[in-house]
Amino acid sequence: YVISKCSWSWFDLNGIVHVSDCPGTSSEQAGKTSACQGCPNQSLCASGAAKAPDPAIEEIKVKLATVKHKIVVLSGKGGVGKSTFSANLAHALASDASTEVALLDVDICGPSVPKIMGVEGEQVHQSGSGWSPVYVEDNLAVMSIGFLLGSPDDAVIWRGPKKNGMIKQFLRDVDWGELDYLIVDTPPGTSDEHLSVVQYLSAARIDGAVIITTPQEVSLQDVRKEIRFCQKVNLPVIGVVENMSGFECPKCKNTSQIFPPTTGGAERMCEELGLPLLGKVPLDPRIGKNCDEGKSFLSEVPDSAAALAYQGIVKISAQCEKG
Amino acid sequence: AAASVGILDVDLCGPSIPRMLRVCRPEVHQCEAGWVPVYTDQQQNLALMSIGFLLEDPDEAVVWRGPKKTALIGQFVRDVAWGELDILLVDTPPGTSDEHLAVVENLRKHKIDGAVLVTTPQAVSTGDVRREITFCKKTGVQILGLIENMSGFVCPHCSECSNIFSKGGGEELAKLTGSEFLGSVPLDPLLTHSLEEGSNFLQAFPESATFSAINNIAQKLLLHMKDG
Repeated sequence: YVISKCSWSWFDLNGIVHVSDCPGTSSEQAGKTSACQGCPNQSLCASGAAKAPDPAIEEIKVKLATVKHKIVVLSGKGGVGKSTFSANLAHALASDASTEVALLDVDICGPSVPKIMGVEGEQVHQSGSGWSPVYVEDNLAVMSIGFLLGSPDDAVIWRGPKKNGMIKQFLRDVDWGELDYLIVDTPPGTSDEHLSVVQYLSAARIDGAVIITTPQEVSLQDVRKEIRFCQKVNLPVIGVVENMSGFECPKCKNTSQIFPPTTGGAERMCEELGLPLLGKVPLDPRIGKNCDEGKSFLSEVPDSAAALAYQGIVKISAQCEKG
Repeated sequence: AAASVGILDVDLCGPSIPRMLRVCRPEVHQCEAGWVPVYTDQQQNLALMSIGFLLEDPDEAVVWRGPKKTALIGQFVRDVAWGELDILLVDTPPGTSDEHLAVVENLRKHKIDGAVLVTTPQAVSTGDVRREITFCKKTGVQILGLIENMSGFVCPHCSECSNIFSKGGGEELAKLTGSEFLGSVPLDPLLTHSLEEGSNFLQAFPESATFSAINNIAQKLLLHMKDG
């Protein structure tokens, strides 16, 4: 006989994942039905603790009232260039000195943002009004768990609840001040970090998500899941970026599709799902090199095909309120 | 005789292995001994278990928090009837969190030979893998070695080599941390294409540099298993 297939679910404002047969965390039957047996949240639901909304959600709404736009950067797969994109988006928006920008890195296990932004090794200070983020420019602030780790070898071996607690603190306790844009860079997937970001920002409102992919189906497979996640949690999708979209050999100028769009790439997927394709960024060794050196690729190589593609994408992303 | 190998795919949010081995939509059946893994070949030399097989709709997102992921991974280890296997490979998502802890905790009693760490050459990548190395040290998992993936690209038209994601970072990291460097694997559109289609790259392109690279790594690991 066939093992019954699992069908999932949705999460409620308390971040509890429901599965089919789940009576719902706010129901009188929460934690008490036969379907609840074996659910890791059973005792939480049965105790009634799951029903009360987390007060941090309102606190965060108040704290972030001075932030005009919030954009979350997601991907299904790892290694597709999410953090690279987030950093370039932040730099591009901050190139206008009158625009206040911040980049929040919620990749707790693999915090790359400090290195990419050239502020590795900096420290976070605490004051009466909260934690001070690290400033890359006067109008560009960064926060990451990377700044709280003593050594580049330190591993953050945390389970979900502890990661969630850190994200809550990042959103509630950092003194961002007045911001035009808060960009949230996430790890790959659809798990604790993503649920927490959406949950804790549920009252503060997220403008939308930019989803990063590479052209091949192995990557798109996971992006479709990411898009479903956004639909489930009512997170608008600003659009999709196709990264690593072809490589032009510097010698013979022929283009190779190293990550081939065998099923039509992000372009076809976006057509099928009715989502905007924000742009395609080709592979360029100078992108990775600048990330490694903590420099802004857009400033260093502004005339490259990749930089031009990024600029186009940034323009549309920045208009997220109209999107 | 061919070795019998099992792959346990614990990337619950992004299960890619079914597609890469061309076994996308089978069902998982139960027998007396437990869940029957999905065999990718006639001879049943390569078995696979992935959440990909348990989803009604392949595009459905698995939006789970840690405890539920931990519980399913526990089931994968306990309830799958692998039978006699020479090697069980566990593929993990990036990170040092619930999935990784679940794998180590559940497999510990069955003895873990070790971990193979994969990085790309650039510093942003090795920067994260350093932390993965610490994870292994803290959880008592022996590091069998490091692999530098996406290491250089040879243009199929003119043979010019471009280090798209830099070069050498993996090897440096191995040296820095006293781990064995198993080898580098280049970027290869033929490989990525094979993975897209779920075809057997090693059978199709045995003359390629990529085949050599992967094969050398495999041989080194097999030696470890013999000695270990």
